[in-house]
Amino acid sequence: MNVSRREFTKIGCRIIIGAAAGSAVIESIVAKGTASQDPPGDYDWNAHYWGYVIDTRKCIGCGRCAKACKLENNVPFDEPVYRTWVERYRVLKGEDVKIDSPNGSIDGFDDDIPAEEVKKAFYVPKICNHCDTPPCVQVCPVGATYETKDGVVLVDYDYCIGCRYCIQGCPYGARYFNTERKTADKCTWCYHRITRGLLPACVQACPVGARVFGDLKDPESAVNKILDKERINVLKPDLGTKPKVYYVGLDREVK
Amino acid sequence: MMESLIWGYIYPNEAEIQWSILIVLYPYITGLVAGAFIASSLYHVFGKKEIKPVARFALLTALSFLLVATMPLLTHLGHPERGIEIMFTPHVTSAMSGFGYIYSFYLIVVGLEIWLSFREDIVKKALNSRGWKEVLYSALALFSYDISEKALHEDEKLAKRLAIIGIPSAAFLHGYVGFIFGGIKANPWWSTPLMPIIFLMSAIVSGIALLILLYIASMKIRKHAIDHKCLHSLAHYLWIFLILDFTLEILEIISMKYESLERIDIINRLLSDKIATTFYGVQIGLGIFIPFILILLVGIIKNRETLKMIMIAISSIFVVIGVFAMRWNVVIGGQEISKSLSGTNTYVPVFFNLEGVLPAIIILLIPFIILSVLTYILPPWKDMEPEE
Repeated sequence: MNVSRREFTKIGCRIIIGAAAGSAVIESIVAKGTASQDPPGDYDWNAHYWGYVIDTRKCIGCGRCAKACKLENNVPFDEPVYRTWVERYRVLKGEDVKIDSPNGSIDGFDDDIPAEEVKKAFYVPKICNHCDTPPCVQVCPVGATYETKDGVVLVDYDYCIGCRYCIQGCPYGARYFNTERKTADKCTWCYHRITRGLLPACVQACPVGARVFGDLKDPESAVNKILDKERINVLKPDLGTKPKVYYVGLDREVK
Repeated sequence: MMESLIWGYIYPNEAEIQWSILIVLYPYITGLVAGAFIASSLYHVFGKKEIKPVARFALLTALSFLLVATMPLLTHLGHPERGIEIMFTPHVTSAMSGFGYIYSFYLIVVGLEIWLSFREDIVKKALNSRGWKEVLYSALALFSYDISEKALHEDEKLAKRLAIIGIPSAAFLHGYVGFIFGGIKANPWWSTPLMPIIFLMSAIVSGIALLILLYIASMKIRKHAIDHKCLHSLAHYLWIFLILDFTLEILEIISMKYESLERIDIINRLLSDKIATTFYGVQIGLGIFIPFILILLVGIIKNRETLKMIMIAISSIFVVIGVFAMRWNVVIGGQEISKSLSGTNTYVPVFFNLEGVLPAIIILLIPFIILSVLTYILPPWKDMEPEE
């Protein structure tokens, strides 16, 4: 894609302003109180296997996903903890790469480098990869973190001893310590929503469709439609974690 | 203020360093335990007679530190009250889940070993004292007062067998601590199969050095002459294990640099910036190089026992500091580099905090109190102070 830094920001701003009106709607959706993590009784977890696609070419770095996530899941706004965030990569003309994600992108990004010094730039949303062979589950000494039958990695807050070994074990920095619960915490792909037929809050909040969520077991699902035709990659494939967050347009700089 | 501690890009969740100075103490303390135990087995298993004066003292030292090994961990847990779940519902794929069992097993081995090697003294005290002392020592003797030649011989045989089990368990206890770090593929600084063996070697080194210091200190306090043969023998073993320790530690760095995988840039940054002083200066220079030279000189210099003792003492002080720096460089260093491989963070220890420097100091002082109580109940001094 050959978009200059200026155009890139312009398009971004336009969409942000356009979407700002809808922001109130989304907040009213997500602020309906803390939903239980437990799925409803008629939910069959053997019938699904969830997957997630991120099209980095579409992301505009508005940070609405990160904000929606904190609202939906009661993640404290005043602590540096995030279940999802957006990274900005700017490859400078001198070949230097500047990466940042101020406050996990919730407040958007500043133009702290003049556009003429930037060769190319792009945003990369990050989220728990809900790995098929999750190292965090492997290292938990008491089995408080586990993978559900439908492929989601969750934490049992009533069982976690708070040793933080899983935080060390996650190669993606997707876990954090919940200072209120005194346990490890992480993205659940909004398990309370997806088991009720809703989308994760971040997917719902994305104004450009950069985040796609769906059932890998369903050949007609939105994720499978992309996986079937695009060239995809995952983060740190060499670590053998087998992520279920698939990226389209992943740059080599992204780790 | 936060920003200046961060260089480059770290994942947003990495702003908080998860494992504090208390987790530095944990491998440090278990290392001292393993090292002191292995030093005592030099006599108990390998029959090195020169070590005999400190063999039982070393066991008491090992127990004193073993008893506090869980403290930094429990203090650090978000839910210490759930800590016991690691015993009831261990998740076996986790390196950490073995801790409860390995620790308990080792505690039993060290306890039994101490009991067997002090049994004769305990029985004699039980028979020769009155009042609460009689009760205490009779209970410690488990109300079995057989100290015939035959019984003592059986004790000795059993003690040796136990020590033989004890060596691999000491090695396992600490090698396993190394694996807790070495097995984390997410962390480029930790992930190396050499980690368990590096931990083990530095454990032995720190345990012997601690034993030397405690031996010299207790003899000075008790105003008794030092057995220089014993001291030199300990220093000799310290020197050998220093070489092994250094070889492995430097091998790790050399292979990382030589292979120059993707992680090398951030590792170089860690070594040349974040932990340059504590790694090259304290861990390698002060903790290995200087003691290596000093003990080498001790081996060359003739007579002048006081000077040699001072040189050995200085070496030992440097070694225990150096090994602490090694634990720091692993635990803290590994967390100061971002898994994004693009940035670093800085750990700033706080003093007055549940996970601060003050509790760390307190936890490090407790074993010395335990040791003075233990040596009061079970005096090892007659081994160290032969009647002339």
